[in-house]
Amino acid sequence: MDYLGYLISGWGVVLVAVAVYAFSLLRRGRALTARVPADRRRWMTTDD
Amino acid sequence: MSTALSRPHVASTSSKLTLVLGVASLLGLAVLLVFSFVLTDPDQRVFERGADLEPLLTGQGDAVRLLYVHFPVAMVTYIAFTLNAIGSIAVLWKKSTWWDNTAAAAAEVGVLFCGLTLATGSIWGRPIWNTWWKWGDVRLMTTTILFLIFIGYLAYRRTMSDSRVRAKRSAVVGLIGAINIPIVYKSVDWWQNRTLHQQSTLRNRSVEDLTLFTMIFGMVVFMAIFAWLMVHRFRIGWLEHQTETVGLEAAIIERRAQTSAAISDAVTDSRSSAETGSD
Repeated sequence: MDYLGYLISGWGVVLVAVAVYAFSLLRRGRALTARVPADRRRWMTTDD
Repeated sequence: MSTALSRPHVASTSSKLTLVLGVASLLGLAVLLVFSFVLTDPDQRVFERGADLEPLLTGQGDAVRLLYVHFPVAMVTYIAFTLNAIGSIAVLWKKSTWWDNTAAAAAEVGVLFCGLTLATGSIWGRPIWNTWWKWGDVRLMTTTILFLIFIGYLAYRRTMSDSRVRAKRSAVVGLIGAINIPIVYKSVDWWQNRTLHQQSTLRNRSVEDLTLFTMIFGMVVFMAIFAWLMVHRFRIGWLEHQTETVGLEAAIIERRAQTSAAISDAVTDSRSSAETGSD
């Protein structure tokens, strides 16, 4: 396959950036839910 | 002993909706990779130049596989910033916290996708145009300006603590940024001689069959990813708003307690001084 380095770089930068951002959102979400009373968390999973 | 199945839920911004969206996005991404790298052929279009000349190979070869990610990411950028504009209008019209939160979430996710549009475009441009970057290319410049405006939007939001003022002022900045969206989109039509970009691939129907299907399928997959990111980012904004509100309410209760304590102290003092005076 031609241009393999460009293909890996292009797809890689997108997949890695989206994955890192997605994990950062999950971490921010978990940290914030711990600070908000359960009755004020709408739509989200709460502690069992 | 807890197992994976009986493990209690950890409080988070996840829900059944995000679970379904997340699984669908990952499956879609896997299928998109198969289409992009296995099922589609390299671009090997040939331009016939007449009987006395050799046919000219005009296709991009395997570099076309970069467009299966560059095009969807660019489309999601437009959608994200358009959503920010809709949210900004709703904020100014209805003073809605929900829409302010939506606009902020769309701007943050949009900045990510806009950055990725510039990065993938640059990586694609190197083998096809023989350059990473071209100052003066109107599509590149207008996209870069859009990117910088929304980085400014996010930075500006962080400078204000009053949520009402922040919502109103950032909505104005968001709408200023939105003016650039149609300019970016139409730049290749308006300034055809000042860009390396071709005109709209889909509108001109310059691709077909599996190439066209893969581009559109990629757009659907990245829209699902965008939706997943938006839902989580929106909920984070909601939680941030709640922490601000809880903090404000606690401060009001504390202030009221201090005021009532000060009043009762003053009343006690005045009574005792009155009793001392009468003695």
